[in-house]
Amino acid sequence: MILQRTRPPLLETPFEVFDEGVFTPNDRFYVRWHWASIPSAIDADAFRLKIHGHVEREVSLSLKDIATLPRFEIAAVNQCSGNSRGLFEPRVSGAQWANGSMGNARWTGVRLKDLLDKAGVKAGAVQVRFSGLDEPVVDEAPDFKKSLDLDHARNGEVMVAYAMNGAQLPLLNGFPLRLVVPGWYSTYWVKMLSDIEVLDKPDELYWMKTAYRIPDVPGANIKPGQTGFKTVPINRMVPRSFVTNLRDGGSVKAGSPVALRGIAFGGDCGVKSVEFSGDSGASWFPAELGADEGTYSFRRFTGSLPALAAGSHAVMVRCTNTNGLVQPIEAVWNTNGFMQNGIETLRFQAA
Amino acid sequence: MFFVRSISLLAVLVSSPVAVLAASESEPMHFSSQEIELPSSDRTFPDGPGAEAINNNCLACHSAGMVLTQPKLTKAQWTETVNKMAKVYHAPISPEDSAAIIDYLTNLKPQP
Repeated sequence: MILQRTRPPLLETPFEVFDEGVFTPNDRFYVRWHWASIPSAIDADAFRLKIHGHVEREVSLSLKDIATLPRFEIAAVNQCSGNSRGLFEPRVSGAQWANGSMGNARWTGVRLKDLLDKAGVKAGAVQVRFSGLDEPVVDEAPDFKKSLDLDHARNGEVMVAYAMNGAQLPLLNGFPLRLVVPGWYSTYWVKMLSDIEVLDKPDELYWMKTAYRIPDVPGANIKPGQTGFKTVPINRMVPRSFVTNLRDGGSVKAGSPVALRGIAFGGDCGVKSVEFSGDSGASWFPAELGADEGTYSFRRFTGSLPALAAGSHAVMVRCTNTNGLVQPIEAVWNTNGFMQNGIETLRFQAA
Repeated sequence: MFFVRSISLLAVLVSSPVAVLAASESEPMHFSSQEIELPSSDRTFPDGPGAEAINNNCLACHSAGMVLTQPKLTKAQWTETVNKMAKVYHAPISPEDSAAIIDYLTNLKPQP
């Protein structure tokens, strides 16, 4: 892993891991925590998930209680809002991630809807707020809490996972429970989830009202210095694609076709197509898509460039999602370094 | 282009056996308690004017690593960040230390 910060831990997945398969192994999965008071030991028998607020009856569920509810499983990409921030130009402050603050896993657990039904959501509820066992070092600082609209929370896909790629969650990835919000940025995927609060008015706390906001413009893309836009909480992911079998600045054999392999994801929906270009985007060729592991999963693609003459070359790759949204040719820019999904260009030598 | 240091995550994840999901859905997940040693850092900010203030005030909540990977920021930008730490995140920083920390950060010479 690449250490971006020791405490609280920020660990980035080395990019070569994404070439090994569409599922990211648990011990190579990126890690991001906001506050440094993180329990280093969790007793599986003593742990309780509390559901309270605007509900018929407050409930407190053990892991055993939760494991007896109907099992739900989904493959989904978990991507940090600030993935690729370290590559923004002009540069912006914040964790200087390259492209490795993302991962894909098969999440197993229970639907959030089924948990909410245990407590009985009262009429008039509008949002659901989530909080984990991590806490600020200074008591008065805002505890990390995120909220979803009630309809979203009950859509049958938003879930509480107790397993990741077939094993219980590593503690650094949120043992014992993590909220999984398929298609949405990871800021909502609350780790060590211990508290679910049904709200009868919108969440006005810091982590929704002030932090993790994006410009309310297409692709969250603004010009440096631009003002006069509204902001909204970051939300749905957008399509991205990456060549994984070549390194930027690497080299290939001249005179032989160049095999391309990579991963793509559609964001808040599936992958419709992936195309690549060897001529700076003048012409695009379809890549072949690999097995469909689910709407929100990474999808493998393969393709090949014709034999190349010795010298400098570049390959671009772009994904179009099933909603018809295509990656923009220009890199995205905003002051928080969120939502990068510009077309990636990989430069290499044929020799 | 920025400072990174590889560590072995496996060395950090000294934990109890990891429970795996039973293949059959009729058999519920069993969980095993987890205990790990969270990574810690004894790295301090490099010496210079204000180093004592930044080491005394900032390292309680976060290690130095991410601060030292930031791009070159202006005094106004660092003032905004330090003020956020004090006002929003309630870091108990005295006004004198705050000024010293802002100067220290503004004078950092980050790697390109």
